[in-house]
Amino acid sequence: MLQSAGSDLGRRRVVVTGMGMVTPLGVGVENVWGRLVAGESGIGRIRSFDPSELAAHVAGEVPEGPTAEGKLTLDEWIAPKDQRKMDRFIHLGLVAATEAVLDSGWTPEAEEDRCATGVMIGSGIGGLQTIYDASITVHEGRAKRLSPFFIPSALTNLVSGHLSIKYGFKGPNHSAVTACATGVHAIGDAARLIMLGDADVMIAGGAEAAVCKLGIAGFCSARALATSFNETPERASRPWDKDRDGFVMGEGAGIVVLEEYEHAKARGAKIYGEIIGYGMSGDAHHITAPAEGHEGAFRAMKAALKSAGITPGEIGYVNAHGTSTMADDLELDAVERLFADDASKVAMSSTKSAIGHLLGAAGAVETMFSLLAIRDQVAPPTLNLDNPSRESAIDRVAHESQARKVNVALSNSFGFGGTNASILVRGV
Amino acid sequence: MSEIADKVKKIVVEHLGVEESKVTPEASFIDDLGADSLDTVELVMAFEEAFNVEIPEDAAEKIATVKDAIDYIEKQKAA
Repeated sequence: MLQSAGSDLGRRRVVVTGMGMVTPLGVGVENVWGRLVAGESGIGRIRSFDPSELAAHVAGEVPEGPTAEGKLTLDEWIAPKDQRKMDRFIHLGLVAATEAVLDSGWTPEAEEDRCATGVMIGSGIGGLQTIYDASITVHEGRAKRLSPFFIPSALTNLVSGHLSIKYGFKGPNHSAVTACATGVHAIGDAARLIMLGDADVMIAGGAEAAVCKLGIAGFCSARALATSFNETPERASRPWDKDRDGFVMGEGAGIVVLEEYEHAKARGAKIYGEIIGYGMSGDAHHITAPAEGHEGAFRAMKAALKSAGITPGEIGYVNAHGTSTMADDLELDAVERLFADDASKVAMSSTKSAIGHLLGAAGAVETMFSLLAIRDQVAPPTLNLDNPSRESAIDRVAHESQARKVNVALSNSFGFGGTNASILVRGV
Repeated sequence: MSEIADKVKKIVVEHLGVEESKVTPEASFIDDLGADSLDTVELVMAFEEAFNVEIPEDAAEKIATVKDAIDYIEKQKAA
């Protein structure tokens, strides 16, 4: 930990000065957040392909439609000729990144400023549909007809690449890939780069577009998806509920602009909050299942607290990983253990109940929800939590938002491969 | 304009997202129509597909303008 090492560099504070998101609840941070707090769901029957031969028929897809209605009209964001060169995850990432950059007001012209601004946008999977389509071209004996844009369209780090070109950001050009923990790792690692002095500003987050037949079929085979609510999609994502039977896949992107505090203050930037802690761990247990008691999650949260130098009692809201799978109760075990006697004071919800699991984008979107919970002093709800599979002293914000006093919020993200990441944010 | 020239023009407009009026015979894909090196690779593939011809790499490298493309394809088709 930088701060515990007592380094001077560790005193560089990192704040969030811009945010952008595209989710199944729509395009735009305020639009999505308003709908989330109001208890709306973005889950529906899959529209982008016919899912009937698969076990799972539901997902969270970004709504297409007029920008004024908070929906996606891609042509207004990316020229059609350029769209063909990018997988959908890059489209969604660039839309969210554009919103975040414009929101921050940081579009530097000076070479020095551009070199001090970097990018760190990841994806859990990358261009899955693009790889599928290209595989068919090769299978049909048309390998020589493969588009020269196939590789750059599929590569996971290409949101970072395109974004750096679009705005001339010449600092660190990086990308995180840690399955469903990608978003938190990207933001946490990018914040560290600012703390270490590699950059003054980093555009960080995740993008995902795996709601395609190959993606849904793959997670179906892993027995990871909800399959009992195909006729009632809005009820399918139900973290901690006794009838939950798997996660609901979502697509989208979440991007933040991270900035060194003095740099942000000097230019009078709007500040959403500060990244005060970040912790990581590995399960070393199983490729898809967490260990008993989710001790890896516990250690990630502990590490985040240690880097922030705070106690659990200071946390007012936890945005859980809470995917609507059996692992929900294991995360609950770990959070209860962490909070101990303070468990009854904290609110914890899973916003995946409303937007599904955005895989590599989830942690970034959920970190922003945590910042907005602080700004608006509200905990967004866990939809469909009708009958918890077990009781807990922790209030899981069933059905409706709650007004809450929140100064510090914690967001958890865990991924296949036994990778865990926790991030702590505070109002400034 | 020949049928081949019309079709070439249409493919260029579609792939490079440029206005039809800019796709003159003399227009260079890279200098005038905003293409990069990968765009030109894709364009040549699109010509091969649309006209059912093979354009070997050394020939493709010499196709710099709209007219170069039309001439090459017309010659192949006449052969």
